[in-house]
Amino acid sequence: MNFLGLGDRTWMWLACLCYLAGFGLGTAALLRDRRDPRLATYVIIVVGFLLQTIGLYLRGLAVKGCPIGNLFEIFQFTAWSAISLYVVIGATFRLSLLGYFTSCLSAVLSLVSLAAPGWDAAHRINAFGKTGWVELHASLALFSYGVFALLALTSCMYLLQTYSLKHKRLNGLFSFLPSINELDLISLRLLIVGVLLMTWSLAIGSFHWLQDLASVDTPKLLTAGVWLAYLVALLLRLVRKLVSQRLAWTCLALFAAALLSLGPVNASRHPVDPTTPPPGTRT
Amino acid sequence: MSASTFFLLGANHHTAPLELREQLALAGGKAEALRGTLQSLGGLREFAVLNTCNRVEIYGLAADPATVAGLQAAFCALSQLDAAVFAKIRLELHDQPAIQHLLEVAAGLDSQMIGETEILGQVKEAYAAAQTAGTTGAVLNRVFQKTFQAAKHVRTHTGIGEGQISVASVAVDLALKIFGDLRPCRVLVLGAGEIGEKTARAFRSREAGQMTVASRRLEHAEELARALDAQPLPLEGVAGALADFDIAVCSTAAPTAVVTGAMVAAAMHRRPVQPFFFIDIAMPRNIDPGVAELPNVFLYNLDDLAKIAQENLALRQAEMTRARALLAEKAGALWQQVQPRLNGDHPPA
Repeated sequence: MNFLGLGDRTWMWLACLCYLAGFGLGTAALLRDRRDPRLATYVIIVVGFLLQTIGLYLRGLAVKGCPIGNLFEIFQFTAWSAISLYVVIGATFRLSLLGYFTSCLSAVLSLVSLAAPGWDAAHRINAFGKTGWVELHASLALFSYGVFALLALTSCMYLLQTYSLKHKRLNGLFSFLPSINELDLISLRLLIVGVLLMTWSLAIGSFHWLQDLASVDTPKLLTAGVWLAYLVALLLRLVRKLVSQRLAWTCLALFAAALLSLGPVNASRHPVDPTTPPPGTRT
Repeated sequence: MSASTFFLLGANHHTAPLELREQLALAGGKAEALRGTLQSLGGLREFAVLNTCNRVEIYGLAADPATVAGLQAAFCALSQLDAAVFAKIRLELHDQPAIQHLLEVAAGLDSQMIGETEILGQVKEAYAAAQTAGTTGAVLNRVFQKTFQAAKHVRTHTGIGEGQISVASVAVDLALKIFGDLRPCRVLVLGAGEIGEKTARAFRSREAGQMTVASRRLEHAEELARALDAQPLPLEGVAGALADFDIAVCSTAAPTAVVTGAMVAAAMHRRPVQPFFFIDIAMPRNIDPGVAELPNVFLYNLDDLAKIAQENLALRQAEMTRARALLAEKAGALWQQVQPRLNGDHPPA
């Protein structure tokens, strides 16, 4: 599928370049002018988001469903989810440096997925069967991963701000970080949203699983493990047993575990016909 | 060719010691008296007097250099200062350098506390007073209006005003880094000393929420509490109430720690989510340094705050070159605009 003569991967490359530009602009402004170019970064990220949306839409048309059928698409979708949340949060909360960190994370996720051709070598058309429920389950789960990606970023910023204040290193990058309270509040909200989305996703998945027990392989239970771990973290936070730096470290570790679980979960799907060519136009 | 000149005549903290600045200061009715004298001075077409604790500077438009000499004589007579003494401390600049100086003054580059903002307000007041007295014209109007724009531009485009450079303001800045918004914060002031009061006032000026003053002598606490619109608390009540606060400013004269690690640990156990910011500006220190190791607890002592203030000042000084270069450009452009107006053959401002 093409749009304006460009294939889906080309659009995704362009989006990736925007995220890289946002990161580069932020770095240059912080180092040279000692300021956070929040508005410029936001605009660049929104442009990247639109380009990535076009790329994913084209891919979705090609695969006749939500483009989350292989690792390449999963990483792209996760990056897109994080960015789409940032577009809302960035405009609402105006947290300094969040755009900078988000553009960095999305650039890394996009670049890694685009630079690994093997991840997009095989593809499933109508991968989720005729019913839309499984597709909704998978896309919701991945969107919640996007939320957790943003949570990992705010947790990282929280740890940096705490380090800065504890060690009295307040200049440079540290001087632009949002306050401890703001980061704590936004992290809690992201944790709640992520757990709710994932709970919804797993509820749908469980219903489908009960109908067809053979459809779920053991590695897919890793997703349930990720959900359980985030749920426990949320409950402990709500009863004030897991707070401040320990909560931030937990959220970072859980996101790393969530990313690592994507490979086994994707590989555990039912085998794909190796003769199925990738649908996108290669660049 | 006309000899009209835009000039600056005066003295400031760079050129004159405190005793002489005191003598030159236009306190009481001296400012009005000077204005009256200058208004009757032939050849002085426009003028404005900038009178602050660090400077007395007269900016104006004179028909010739002799007019400036006459102005100097009148100023010395009013200040009862020997002309020879004034000659040693005098700052006299003409045309573009005079404009550049005004721009630097307004932007805070010439202040004792580099980058401070109060001076811009004082320059605005000086201009407003001159306008009211009818001593400004096309030249001064243009110069001062452009000066205000230039000062704002420099503040926006350089780091000349970044970071706080007083201990109390640094403490408030740090609290903002922790809490974001100080309005919901509850502040405990331990000790009724001067520096504690200054810091408390800095928090008050940033709309910190509920404030409580605790002191060994309750009457001292009550007195300061009244001044700060705060609640008094006996010192013995601090341990039990510590968990109810977010910020503690300690400046008692106690020889040992007033706030112990055990007290803070117990308080944090009751309120683990909300951070606690301790400011220990007492000498000897009032807070057990070990509390800094507790999660979500941030402790800064007098040395820490002074060091940050020094670093911020150094950063501002490092920005001076950039700021001066920017202002030199502005002064050059402004001089080009003003020059044709010096002889009075210009449209009204």
